[in-house]
Amino acid sequence: MSNQLTTDPSKPAQRMRAGSMTMTLMPWILAAGALMLMPFIFTSSSALTIMNQMWITVIFALAYNMLLGQGGMLSFGHAVYAGVGGFACMHIMNASDFFASFPLPVLPVFGGIFGAGLAMIVGSFSTRSAGTVFAMISLGVGELIAASSVIIVAFFGGEEGISGDRTYAMPFFGNEFLQQINVYYLTSFWVLLSAALMYLWSRTPVGRMANAVRDNPERAEFLGYSARWVRYYSFVASGFFAGIAGGLFAINYEIVTEENLNTASSGVILLVTFLGGVGFFFGPIIGAIVFTLVQTVLSLQTELWAFYAGSLFLATVMFFPGGLAGLLMMHVPVFKLGKAKLLIEPYFKTLLPAAIGILGLCALVEMTFHFRHATKGDNEMTLFWTTFDSHTVLPWLIALAVTAVGLVIAKRTAPALKEAWSDANSAGEVS
Amino acid sequence: MSVPALELTGLTKSFGHAKIIRGIDLSIGKAERHAIIGPNGAGKSTLFNLITARFAPTKGTVKLHGEDVIGLQPYQINRKGLSRSFQITNIFPAMTVFENVRCALLWSQGYKYSFWNLVNNSRRLTEGADAILDQINLLERRNLPAGTLSYAEQRALEIGITIAGGADVIMLDEPTAGMSHSETDYITDLIMKVTEGKTLIMVEHDMGVVFGLADRISVLVYGEIIATGKPADVRADPKVQEAYLGAALEAEH
Amino acid sequence: MELILVNIIDGLVTGLLLFMLSAGLTLIFSMMGVLNFAHASFYMLGAYFAYQISIALGFWMGLLIAPIIVGVLGAGVERYGLRRVHQYGHVPELIFTFGLALLIEELVQFIWGKNQMPFNIPEVLNYTAFSVAGNSIPAYKIFMIFISVGIFMGLLYVLTKTRVGMIIQAALSYPRTVESLGHNVPLIFMGVFGVGTALAGVAGVIAGPVLGTFPGMAFVLGSIVFVTIVIGGLGSLWGALVASLLIGWLTTFAKSYNLAMSDIFNAIGISTPENMDDNIFRDLWTVTSPQIADILPYILMVMILIFRPAGLLGKRES
Repeated sequence: MSNQLTTDPSKPAQRMRAGSMTMTLMPWILAAGALMLMPFIFTSSSALTIMNQMWITVIFALAYNMLLGQGGMLSFGHAVYAGVGGFACMHIMNASDFFASFPLPVLPVFGGIFGAGLAMIVGSFSTRSAGTVFAMISLGVGELIAASSVIIVAFFGGEEGISGDRTYAMPFFGNEFLQQINVYYLTSFWVLLSAALMYLWSRTPVGRMANAVRDNPERAEFLGYSARWVRYYSFVASGFFAGIAGGLFAINYEIVTEENLNTASSGVILLVTFLGGVGFFFGPIIGAIVFTLVQTVLSLQTELWAFYAGSLFLATVMFFPGGLAGLLMMHVPVFKLGKAKLLIEPYFKTLLPAAIGILGLCALVEMTFHFRHATKGDNEMTLFWTTFDSHTVLPWLIALAVTAVGLVIAKRTAPALKEAWSDANSAGEVS
Repeated sequence: MSVPALELTGLTKSFGHAKIIRGIDLSIGKAERHAIIGPNGAGKSTLFNLITARFAPTKGTVKLHGEDVIGLQPYQINRKGLSRSFQITNIFPAMTVFENVRCALLWSQGYKYSFWNLVNNSRRLTEGADAILDQINLLERRNLPAGTLSYAEQRALEIGITIAGGADVIMLDEPTAGMSHSETDYITDLIMKVTEGKTLIMVEHDMGVVFGLADRISVLVYGEIIATGKPADVRADPKVQEAYLGAALEAEH
Repeated sequence: MELILVNIIDGLVTGLLLFMLSAGLTLIFSMMGVLNFAHASFYMLGAYFAYQISIALGFWMGLLIAPIIVGVLGAGVERYGLRRVHQYGHVPELIFTFGLALLIEELVQFIWGKNQMPFNIPEVLNYTAFSVAGNSIPAYKIFMIFISVGIFMGLLYVLTKTRVGMIIQAALSYPRTVESLGHNVPLIFMGVFGVGTALAGVAGVIAGPVLGTFPGMAFVLGSIVFVTIVIGGLGSLWGALVASLLIGWLTTFAKSYNLAMSDIFNAIGISTPENMDDNIFRDLWTVTSPQIADILPYILMVMILIFRPAGLLGKRES
C-alpha cells in the first residue's frame, strides 16, 4: 500500500491520506524538523508569541476533535478542562516547597491529570447520552464551573485569576525557561508528543470503537461494546489532553483567569476545530494555525475581524462542512487520476473574481462601519493601503463596482468550473 | 436434556394498551436452526427486539443458555454469546469493509477498552478479519468504504459482522429482504456456511429460504405462536394454512 | 411577610419572561429536533428592533412591529439556512445555530455599536402601581406579567383548540404522517420556527427597557434558557412553564435573602472553623446566597440530569 504523504515545509502539519492505516514516521520527523527551524525563519518576538499560541491551540483543538470528530460528541463546555489544568499547574508553580523539585517540562502532565480528573467526574453522568442532550449538559456544566470559578477564590483566584512564575523550579539542564525561545521549544516538544499520542489513540481498540459508536451506536453495542463506556473513555482522554494545553498556557503566559474556562473559550475551540475540518486527524491542526493567524494578524487590520470569523464559520457550516481539511482532501482523487491540470484554468477564472468580489464586499462592510461609528470629523479611513474619505461617494462606487464585477464574473464562470470538476473526478478520457 | 440455547417463557409486551406480544413460550435447542415466520404486523421484529434487550418485556422471561437475561443491556447480552443482524442494514458505512469486520472482533479477542494496543499491529486481528472476509467472499472489497458496496454485499457484510465475534446464538432479521433470486440463494448458502454448529434464529418471509434452511419453524400471528415444529408438519397444520390462506379463501368465496 | 410578596411578583416576572423564551425553544426542539442556539439572539434582535422603531414611532408600535420582523427573519433562517444544514445531521444543525448566534451578536455590534441603547420604559407605564412593605412595584412589571400571561393563554388556545394547532401538534410528533395527509409540513416547520422566534422577540421588546439593551444580552440569558428546558424536559411546554417559574422564584428569593453558607452549615450542626484564611474551603463558608443565585439553575440542572435525566415533565427518550 503506497502512502503518498506530502508536507508543506512552511506548515508543520502532518497530512495523512484518509484511509491509510499505517503510521509512518516521515511526516512526524518533518514536523519536528520544521518546528525546530521555524524560530530561525520567523525571529521576531511577536512571531514567537503567535507560534506558541498556535501550538497550544493545536493541542486543545486536537483534544476537542477526539470528542467531536472521532466520537461524534459536541461539547459546548470543553474549555473547563483546559482551564482547570492551567489553574492546577499555576498552583503547582506557586507552591514552592514540594513541587519545586519537579522540572518545568513535566508540569503539563499535571495539567493533564487534573483535566482528566474533572472529566472523570463530569463524564460519569454526561456521557450517558449522546447528541443534543450531551451538548446541553456540557453547556450547563461548563457554565456552572465557569461561574463557580469567580466564587471559589481559593482555587480560581476570583476576578484576577492566578499568576505565577515559571522559573520557580530547579533549572532543567541549566535551562531556567526565562526566555520565550525556551518556552517555544518546550511547547513544540509537547505539541509533537501530544499529537503523536492522540494519533496513536485513534489507532487503538477504544479509539476505533469511538468511531464505530459515533457512526452507529446500536451496532457497536452488538459488537460487545457499551457505547456509553466508549464515550466515557474518549471523554476522559480528551480532558487529559485539554489539560495539557491548559498547563502549557499557564507556563507560557504565567497567568490563568476565568477567561480560560468560560463558554466563549469553548465556543472558540469549537469554531477552530470545525473550521479546520473534523473528519481528518490533521484538520484541527490546520484550523488552529489558520485561526490563530486570523485572530492575531487580521485583528490588527480591522475591528470587525470577529464578524468576519463568524461569517466564515457560518459559511463553513452551510457550504463546506468538511472544513478546510475536507476542501483539501477533496482534491486527492483528482491528483490520483492525474487530472489536476484541468482545474487550474477554471479555478483562476472563477475563484479569483470571487475572491475579489468578497474583498469588495469587505470593503463595503468596513466603510459602512466606519461611516456609522467613527468619531465625528474623523472621515478618513485606510483600506487596502489607500487612505480616503469615507463620506464621499467615489470610494463607495468603486467598492460597489468591484464587488459587483467580481461576483458577476464568478457566477458566470461557475458552471464551467463545475464541469471541469466532474471531468477531473472521472477516470478515462472525456471529450 | 441439555439446556436450550434460548428459552422464552410467557413473554408479553404491551405498548400502552396495545398488546403486541401476547405470551410466547418457545424453546430452541443448541445448534438448532429455527425460523420464525408470520404475516406482516405479527410482531416478529418486536419479538427480536425483546430478546435482544432493545425493549423491556412487560411480562415473562428470556433465558440464554439457561441464564436469565432480562434487564441486561444489549452489549451485556452480546458478551454472553448472542449476536443479531438488523432488518435495515446496520453497518459502519464510513469505515472500510475490513475495518467493519475488525471492529466486530475486538471484544472477542479480549481487547476491551484498551488504549495501549495498536490494532494495526495485531496479526491476530488482521488474520481473523481476513478469514471472515474470505468466508463471506468480500476479500476483494476489503479496502473500500462499506457504504459503497451493493445492497447484497452490504447484507453479506452485515452477516459477517454478526458472526465475527464468535457468538453461538445468531439472530438474523430478514436477511434476504429485498433481494433477487440469485442473491437470495447466495445469501442462503452463506448463512448455512457461517452458522455451521451454531444456533440460528431467523425471521424470514421467503418460504423457499425457510424450508431449505430451518430445522424447526414457529409461526407468529398477532403476537402469539400458533404452531411450532418441523417444516413439513407446520406446512400441513390447518391453523397455519388458515392464517396464511384464510383471507384468500374468503375472498375467493 | 410583605417581602415575600415582592419576591413572588419579581420571580413571576422573571419566570414568565424566561417562559416566553423557553416555550419557543422547546416547541422548535420538539418539532424539528434542533436546539436553536440562536434563540436568545432573536430575543436580542427584538429589543434592538423595538428600540429603533420606538425612536420614530413610539414604544407601542415597536412592540407590535418588532416581533413580526424578528419572526420573519426567523422563518427566513429556517428556510434558507437550517433546512440546508438539516441534511448533514443534528450536530451540524447545532453548530449552525451556534455560528448564527455568534454572527448576530457581531452584527448587532456592527450596526448599533457596543454600548447599551437608551431603550426606556414608555412614559405611560412609568409609574408605581402599588407599594408593598415600602417596596414599590412598577406598573411596567405588572404590564409584563399581563403580556406574558396573555401570550401563554393565546398559545394554549391556538395549540389545543384550533385546527392549525392540532395539525402542529401532530406534526410535532409525526411530521411524515402529517405530510402524507396532505399538509405542507415544511411550511409548518417554517411557521413554528417563525412564531417561536417572534415570541423570543416579544420577550426582548418588553425586557429590553428593564434588563438593558446591549450586545451581551443574548449571551447572558441564552444559557439559562437551555437550562430551563432541560430541567423542564425537552419538548414539554408545561415543563418549560414549571421550570421557568421555578427558576424565576429560586433566583429571586436567593438574591433577596442574604443567606451565608456558614449560617446553613451552622444550622445543621457544623461549626465555623477558627482560622478562615488558611482554610481551603473558606470560599464555601463565606459564599452567600446572592452570589450563588445565578448558578443555582445550573446546579439544579446537573442534579436533574443525574437523578431524572428526562427532566421534570419530559417524555422518555425513545
